[in-house]
Amino acid sequence: MERPAWAPRSIDVSVPSVSRIYDYYLGGSHNFEVDREAARKAMEFLPGLPKISQANRAFMRRAVRFAVGEGISQFLDIGSGIPTFGNVHEVAQGARPGAHVVYVDHDPVAVAHSQAVLAGNDDADVVAADLRKPREILDSAPVRRLIDLNRPVALLLVAILHFVEDADDPYGAVAELRDALAPGSLLVLTHASYEGVPLPPERAGGAVDVYHDIRNPLIMRSREEIARFFEGYDMVEPGLVPMPHWRPDTAPEDEDPYAFSGFAGVGRTA
Amino acid sequence: MNAEPDGPQDRLRRFVTIWSRAVFPVTTTSSTRPEFEEQLLPLARRLSRALRARAFDADEGRAVGAALVEAHCTDPEALSRTLDCVDAYLVLYCGGDADHEDQRARCARLQHAMAAGFAQALRARTLAEQEAIARAALQAQGVVAQALHTTEARFRAVFEGAAIGIGIADLSGNVLQVNGALLRMFGLSEHGMRGRNVREWTHPDDAPQTWRLYDELVRGEREHYHLEKAFYRPDGTVLWTNLTVSLLRDADGDPQYQLALMEDTTERRLLNLRLRYEATHDALTGLPNRSFFFERLEKALNAGEGQRFGLCYLDLDGFKTVNDSLGHAAGDRLLVEVADRLQACATAPGEMVARLGGDEFVALTTGPDTPRKVDELAGRIMNALLAPIRVDGRELTVRGSIGIVEGPAGERSPAEVLRSADITMYRAKSAGGNRFELADPEADARAITRHGLTTALPTALDRGEFFIEYQPLVHLGDGSVRGAEALVRWLHPQHGVLGPDRFISLAEHTGLIVPLGRWVLEQSVRQAREWRLLHGGDEAGPLRINVNLSPCQLTHPGLVQDTVEILERAGVEPDALCLEVTESALIGADDDLLKPLRRLAEMGVDIALDDFGTGYSNLANLRRLPVSVLKLDRSFTQSMQQFPADPVDLKIVEGIVSLAHSLDLAVTVEGVETGAQAEQLRILGCDTAQGWYYARPGPPERLHELALVDATG
Repeated sequence: MERPAWAPRSIDVSVPSVSRIYDYYLGGSHNFEVDREAARKAMEFLPGLPKISQANRAFMRRAVRFAVGEGISQFLDIGSGIPTFGNVHEVAQGARPGAHVVYVDHDPVAVAHSQAVLAGNDDADVVAADLRKPREILDSAPVRRLIDLNRPVALLLVAILHFVEDADDPYGAVAELRDALAPGSLLVLTHASYEGVPLPPERAGGAVDVYHDIRNPLIMRSREEIARFFEGYDMVEPGLVPMPHWRPDTAPEDEDPYAFSGFAGVGRTA
Repeated sequence: MNAEPDGPQDRLRRFVTIWSRAVFPVTTTSSTRPEFEEQLLPLARRLSRALRARAFDADEGRAVGAALVEAHCTDPEALSRTLDCVDAYLVLYCGGDADHEDQRARCARLQHAMAAGFAQALRARTLAEQEAIARAALQAQGVVAQALHTTEARFRAVFEGAAIGIGIADLSGNVLQVNGALLRMFGLSEHGMRGRNVREWTHPDDAPQTWRLYDELVRGEREHYHLEKAFYRPDGTVLWTNLTVSLLRDADGDPQYQLALMEDTTERRLLNLRLRYEATHDALTGLPNRSFFFERLEKALNAGEGQRFGLCYLDLDGFKTVNDSLGHAAGDRLLVEVADRLQACATAPGEMVARLGGDEFVALTTGPDTPRKVDELAGRIMNALLAPIRVDGRELTVRGSIGIVEGPAGERSPAEVLRSADITMYRAKSAGGNRFELADPEADARAITRHGLTTALPTALDRGEFFIEYQPLVHLGDGSVRGAEALVRWLHPQHGVLGPDRFISLAEHTGLIVPLGRWVLEQSVRQAREWRLLHGGDEAGPLRINVNLSPCQLTHPGLVQDTVEILERAGVEPDALCLEVTESALIGADDDLLKPLRRLAEMGVDIALDDFGTGYSNLANLRRLPVSVLKLDRSFTQSMQQFPADPVDLKIVEGIVSLAHSLDLAVTVEGVETGAQAEQLRILGCDTAQGWYYARPGPPERLHELALVDATG
C-alpha cells in the first residue's frame, strides 16, 4: 500500500481529535462541537485538564528558552497539534531570531492549520508524519531542509507519548530518534501519569476512558516508565519532575494543584 | 516614570497587580503572572486616562476589552473578574482628585464599553478561529482526498484492468459494482448487471454446498469460500467459473460487503469434457468405447440388490469379407451405419450401446426387469440389421451373431460377464450366425476349458507334459504284431490325461502343431529304434511305427527335411515309418501339396490314408496319391461287432479291399473290438488291424510284451 502512514481513510470531523480538544482546553476555538463535547466529558472527571494543558505550554516555553540559552537553534516538535499561541516557533524565534522549527503531527487537520499559521515563515515548517515511524519524520523534506542532524537539536515530545500504546513500541521510536541526534541535543518531554493528580485514580480514570472511547487511548505511565524514555540522555537539572517544579519563573506554590499532574523533564545526549 | 510611593504611578501599579492576580488564574496564557501583569499595565493606563479625560471616550473601554481577548483572557470569567476589579478599584486608585460621583458614572460607562469590546473581540476571534479550523479541515480533506484519489485511481485501474472478474455485492446480494472482465464473462452490459441479485444466479449444476457456503458468508460466519460454479448467460449458454467469494468487513469488524473473484473456466472445462469424451468414445462411430462401456458395466454390476443387467454382444457375420473385398473405407462406412442403427435400438433409460473394437458391439440394459428387456433388445438389434446397408452404391446385407448374458448385479465381474458374452456370441456364430444365443454356464465352462488349454499349450511342450502311447497293429493273417500307432497324450496339471481330440485342433490353431508333431515324430522314431534293437529283424520284417501328420504339418515346408533328419539321427530306416494323413487333408490336394509326401514315399516311408471313407474321396484320385496303405474308418467295422454282420457293410468293405489291393495298397482297419470282427475282416481280405480286441494304447513296454507273446505264441 502506498497510502501515507499518516493519512486516515478520510477526514471525519464528526470524530473528536486530541489536537482540537487540547486547543479547547487552552481556550481556543479551533475545534468543533464533537471535540468540545469530548473535552467537557473528560473535564467532568478531571476538571483541571485546562490547567494541566496550560502547565504543559508553560513548561514548553521555559524549556525552549532554556534550549536557546544552551545555544540550540533547531527544534523538532513532534505532536505539535494546533498552535493556538505561545508555540515553539514564537518562543524560539522570539528568543533567537532565525531559529529553525519543524512541527510534526499525524492529524491532517492540525497539519493543514499549521501550514496556514506558518505561511510566510521560511524558518518553520510542518510534516505530516507519525511518531511511530521515526524514519519517515527524519527523511521528510522539511526536516532535511531545516534540521541539520550534525548539530544539536531540541526534540520536543510534549504531551504526545501518552497517546502511544506499548504495542506500538514508543520506547523504540524514541530511541531511534535519539540515535539520529547529534551530541548535545536535548529531549524535552512531558507525559501524563496518575502520579501528582489531585484526585483518586478511579476519578482520573474516567477521563482516560473518554479518550479510550474516542479511539485515542490515553496511556498513563508511572514516573519510572516515563524515565525510561530518557535512556541514553543525561537528565538536565532538576530531572524528571512535576511541571511547575521544572526551572520555574515564579513560585510553584502559586500554581494550580492540577498543574502538578504528570511529569516533565529535559535530557541531553552525550 | 514617577514611582513615588502613593504617587499616581504607584497607585496604577497597585491596581494592575490586583487586576492581574484576579484574572491570571482564569487565563490560559503560557506567560507567567508577572509577564501577564506587564501586559495589563498599558491597559490599566488607558482606563485611568479615560476616567480622567476631559471628554469621555467609550472607545477606550472597548479597546481595553478587546485587548483582554488578545492577551488570551478568553474565558468570560476573566471579563467578569476584570469588571469586578475595575468597578471596585479603578476610581479608588486612578480617580485622583476629581469629582468621584462623576468618575463613578464614567467608570460604569467604561465597564459597559469594555464588556462590549470584549464580546466583540471574542466573537471576532472565535469566528476567525472557527473559520481557520474549518479551512484546515477542508484543506486536509483535500489532501487526503488527493491521496485517496491517487490510490483509488490505481485500484480502479487494477479493478478495471484485471483479467479475472471482480464483483462487489452487499450482504443482501445486491450487486453494487462489477468490473469489465466480469461483464464480458457474463455477456452483460453494465446496465444489464444493474439491480441484479447474487441469489438469482442459481444453476442446476450448483454443488450441494454452494448456497450453504454463501449463507454462512453473508451471516458473517465464514470469511471466504472457493468453488466451481456455473452461471447462465443471457443467451442461454453456460459460463463456468472458478469462484472465490470473500467477506469484507468494516473498520469495526462488522460484515459489510461480499467480494467475488471469478475466473472463466468454460473453455478449459469444455476441453476437459472433450478430452473425456475422446477418451471414452470411439472416434469412428461416436459410440462409447470399451473403457466407457466397462465403466458403465461395472456400475451396473455394482448396483444394489434387486438390480439386474442384460448384455448383448454383437459380432457382424462376414465383416472381414466386406473389408477384404470392398476396402477399409467401405468397411468403416458400414460400421458407422451399423452403429447408428444400434444406437437407435437402445434409447431407454439405463440402456447403452458401445463399440468394443472392430465389428464388435455391445448393448447394455439395466434395471429390475432385464430378462425380458435384453431379449427385446436383441430382437430389436436383429431387426435393425435386416434392411440392407448401402455402401458405395452396393446393397450390403449385414448379419450378426449375438451372445446374451443376463443376471443379477453383484455376482460377476465385468470381465467375466464379457467373456461369457463373447463365448456365447461364438456359439451363435458357430451355429451358423444371424442369430442370438443365451449364455449357458456349461457351454461357458467348456469354452473356458478350451480357452485355458489353448493358453496352456505353448508351455506344456516345454514342461514335458506330453507323452506318447502306442497301439499295436496286428497282422490279420497270422496275428503277429507288425507295429504300432503313436498316439500323443497330454498330462495336464489340472485336467489329467487328455486325448488328442481335446488339443490337436487347438494346437493346429495356434501353430504349436508343428513343434509338437516334430516332437512326436522324434519320440516315435526313437522308440522304433529301441524295438528294432530288442527284436532285431524277424521274418515278418521290422516293427513299424505309425505317426499322424496333421494338415498343418503337411504344408509345413520343413516336413521332408525334418523327417529325414530325425530318421538319420536315430539310425532308423525310412521303411520303419508310416505317416498317416487324413483323407480330408488330401481332398483337392494339388501337386505342390503332394510333392513332399511323394518325396517321402520315394525314400521308403509309407504313407497311410487315415479315416478312409469318411470324406468324399475321389476314388479315381487314389491312383495319383503317394499312398501305400488305406486305413479304413471304424464306422465300417462297427456293424461287424455282431454276428451276422450287415451284408451291405460287408460288400462295401469287400469292395474297398479289392479296390485297394488292385491298386497295390494294403488295408488296415481300426476299432476292432471283438474276435468275430477280427475273423470277419480277415475273411474279407484286410491286411492289418488295430483295436481294443488286441490292445488299448499303452506304454511302449506293453508292445514289447505283446510282441514277445506273439513271438512265443
